[in-house]
Amino acid sequence: MGLQMFMTLSPWNWLLLLTALECSEASSDLKESATSTAQHVPNAWFAAASSEPDERISVFELDYDYVQIPYEVTLWILLASLAKIGFHVYHRLPGLMPESCLLILVGVLVGGIIFGTDHKSPPVMDSSIYFLYLLPPIVLESGYFMPTRPFFENFGSILWWAGLGALVNAFGIGLCLYLICQVKAFGLGDVNLLQNLLFGSLISSVDPMAVLAVFQEARVNEQLYMMIFGEALLNDGISVVLYNILIAFIKMHTFEDIEAVDILAGCARFVVVGVGGVLFGIVFGFISAFITRFTHNVSAIEPLIVFMFSYLSYLAAETLYLSGILAITACAVTMKKYVEENVSQKSYTTIKYFMKMLSSVSETLIFIFMGVSTVGKNHEWNWAFICFTLVFCQIWRAISVFALFYVSNQFRTFPFSIKDQCIIFYSGVRGAGTFSLAFLLPLSLFPRKKLFVTATLVVIYFTTFIQGITIGPLVRYLDVKKTNKKESINEELHIRLMDHLKAGIEDVCGHWGHYQVRDKFKKFDHRYLRKILIRKNLPKSSIVSLYKKLEMKQAIEMVETGILSSTAFSVPHVAQRIQRIKRLSPEDVESMRDILTRNLYQVRQRTLSYNKYNLKPQTSEKQAKEILIRRQNTLRESMRKGHSLPWGKPAGTKNIRYLSFPYSNPPSAGRDARAAESTDDDSSDPGVLSLKFSTHSRVASLQKRRQTQEVIPMRRLHRGGKAFNFGYQRNASQEEDVGAGRRVALRPKPLFHTVDEEYESGGESEEESSAVGSRWTADHGHSREHHKSHSPLLRRK
Amino acid sequence: MGAAHSASAEVRELEGKTGFSSDQIEQLHRRFKQLSGDQPTIRKENFNNVPDLELNPIRSKIVRAFFDNRNLRKGPTGLADEINFEDFLTIMSYFRPIDTTMGEEQVELSRKEKLRFLFHMYDSDSDGRITLEEYRNVVEELLSGNPHIEKESARSIADGAMMEAASVCVGQMEPDQVYEGITFEDFLKVGTRYRWGQGNNRGSPGSVVAEESAEGQLVRNSSSRGLGEAGATCPL
Repeated sequence: MGLQMFMTLSPWNWLLLLTALECSEASSDLKESATSTAQHVPNAWFAAASSEPDERISVFELDYDYVQIPYEVTLWILLASLAKIGFHVYHRLPGLMPESCLLILVGVLVGGIIFGTDHKSPPVMDSSIYFLYLLPPIVLESGYFMPTRPFFENFGSILWWAGLGALVNAFGIGLCLYLICQVKAFGLGDVNLLQNLLFGSLISSVDPMAVLAVFQEARVNEQLYMMIFGEALLNDGISVVLYNILIAFIKMHTFEDIEAVDILAGCARFVVVGVGGVLFGIVFGFISAFITRFTHNVSAIEPLIVFMFSYLSYLAAETLYLSGILAITACAVTMKKYVEENVSQKSYTTIKYFMKMLSSVSETLIFIFMGVSTVGKNHEWNWAFICFTLVFCQIWRAISVFALFYVSNQFRTFPFSIKDQCIIFYSGVRGAGTFSLAFLLPLSLFPRKKLFVTATLVVIYFTTFIQGITIGPLVRYLDVKKTNKKESINEELHIRLMDHLKAGIEDVCGHWGHYQVRDKFKKFDHRYLRKILIRKNLPKSSIVSLYKKLEMKQAIEMVETGILSSTAFSVPHVAQRIQRIKRLSPEDVESMRDILTRNLYQVRQRTLSYNKYNLKPQTSEKQAKEILIRRQNTLRESMRKGHSLPWGKPAGTKNIRYLSFPYSNPPSAGRDARAAESTDDDSSDPGVLSLKFSTHSRVASLQKRRQTQEVIPMRRLHRGGKAFNFGYQRNASQEEDVGAGRRVALRPKPLFHTVDEEYESGGESEEESSAVGSRWTADHGHSREHHKSHSPLLRRK
Repeated sequence: MGAAHSASAEVRELEGKTGFSSDQIEQLHRRFKQLSGDQPTIRKENFNNVPDLELNPIRSKIVRAFFDNRNLRKGPTGLADEINFEDFLTIMSYFRPIDTTMGEEQVELSRKEKLRFLFHMYDSDSDGRITLEEYRNVVEELLSGNPHIEKESARSIADGAMMEAASVCVGQMEPDQVYEGITFEDFLKVGTRYRWGQGNNRGSPGSVVAEESAEGQLVRNSSSRGLGEAGATCPL
């Protein structure tokens, strides 16, 4: 069904396929003709080009060989991208199956066509291409987008599970398969222990990225998410290290020659390779962070620095036979923190998108290639081996999950429940990495390579299709603990305070605990690292950055109300009466609360917003655009109505009071500029800037008033809530008409009718309404505001 | 009280009161004596002896919390001048790890206690509300570690947080009411509001613990790591 859907949905893919085939056909024609020129009489203009070089210039020439490789690679990538587009055109498809399924299907399709027409598949995969070009972007991306804090909070468990789990799986599967191979009836006698171990190591590398998407959607709890993420992050590295060491073993010795010393050396090597790789990565991360400190004048090359240093760390580590994967991961994690603060907003966006793009391209390529190589003659089907591989993969995953988590639960305050463990067990989806490793087995050392490849493919297909498609329903069915992480300023502050408190208490009782380690690192970071690595005068902390985000939102809200007020209050008698409003009916309260609870801050999920294939639409960009649009609307409005101040009404500026841009005092000029720059970067449009500046002036004018008030009147918050609501509707990728529907639904509520009437009866002066300061202390001073807060809703069509 | 804490009966009594094991009490007692310089009580100045605490941005708040009568369970307001070992243990017991043998209610209770301790850090004038001024004060202090952050932005962060807190609790307040500050109930709600908003399919009391906020989780984490091992590894 999925296939059909795909076929109907993306005719472009077909077109592309045809193009690709035409081209490869042409190329084979070319080759044939080139080889056959000696014997046959050439009959086309090919001959003119190839066999008679000293003739006169031909009008039209074809030199496909010259461009063949880049041409085909380009076509492959395009095909992959179009497949993805097709996948996402139909909205429900991504919910039904992981993207990798579709990519594999496309691959199978292409493979079928290639096979049916007897073409050779293009050479996208070989060992050096995979390890040098395809793998690094994937690893870099997952390292870079790792949520740092929860990762390190669960660091012990992740290391324990991802590291030891991979080892247990590799050796368990390898040894068990070896036992199976000893059974004469299966005809596997020539597969020796090392080969089995190697196979175990590659088959145990899981790639649960597809699962993460499901998790994110189902909003599972953070620990579970981090476990899977950590596994995805570290697993590749560990498997590859193991794989390489075992390959080295197989190369060096025949099975009988291996002594205990070699095994010990192998273990030592394992550690050295891993730790060395991480150290390399950290060093390179710091270097690149340091360099970005000086790039503010050449911000165009900032992304380049980031990518090149990551890649360099990979290559340098590989040169020394250290683990490049771990190096590039560590490099990404290290530099992320500092680079993000150093580079300009634009570069930062570029880095993010480019990283996603690269990794998604290489993964797509691998998947499609996997599909292609499924169809063909290079398979050896051995029921016993394949079935037992599949069974052992599941059994050993179950064993390692339940055993390892049993142990680590002893040390955790929040143990993983059985449900969690089941999900982790079930998330053992094999992916591109596994296939690549199997595909790259050297044929000289593995006479039965075909068997291994087939078994790997079966495992991948089984896990990706069956487990990948069913894990979503399973998560929902098991009703796994939902996420407990929601972003809000209050929480962020409480967490901070709690952190410091805990560190302080640990200090007081003289115990050097977990939180002190973090505290110590933070202090070190603040005192030395940041001074060295980060440009000066950048006030940053996650609270501040979170705050910036909120501020952005607030700005929109402000503009929005600005428009609304300018439309709503443009009539000459802008008089509103400070009058007591009738009590809200319980239904109204209920609906408001409903709106609030459902829509507040849902847009910003920092931790769990990881998506393997896509960056979520950047809110700030959208917001900037939004601001721009609103701004233009306002201007148009005010032109028509003869207004001088687009949002000059107090209603528009009210919000600034609390979540204002705090840049109005002279000493902050530097930051001001910085902020302006960043806003500018978001969408390089003067509209945004002008918004900022007018905000300034408003803030400045409100500075004095703001000193006095210490309490927050409730009704402003109503409006705040409502505006958040709108913000949400904009930001979440909902259809606009849904939002409109809600507004329409909201409008006829009795509350607003009341408001409307009272509005008409209003008779206070403009002065009164702008005397903000006085209102804060007065008891009834807020009703007018309340009034305003709802009237926009009224006017809104 | 006094130096005679080694008497086992007394230790047992303290065990019952605070829930610490006798080992942990021993350890903490040694630490206490070290801090107090062998005096029976600790004064504020004694905390200057903790060098690591010096860099803590909320140092004064932490020290103050030790002397807060509310935390010492001695009264609704005010500060004690000095605390003895039992008081010290009382404070420490807020950060005791939760036990796996504890029932859900106890766990919830212990979590609430921890959050209350945190709340008291905010609410410096003991009126049961975190006012805007108090909130600002804390945030300023919290951000004082970073010299680049101006007071102004700290203030507006507090303002934003306050507004958010108010908007979370808005549903239950009358429109013409003034939001004076975050009460403890609000405080709990602000951290854990999604429990109400979205955890509707899990109505059991267990879910309250299950879906608690991040800070609640941290409270428990830290306490298990911090003091749970103190008996064994504390290098006093």
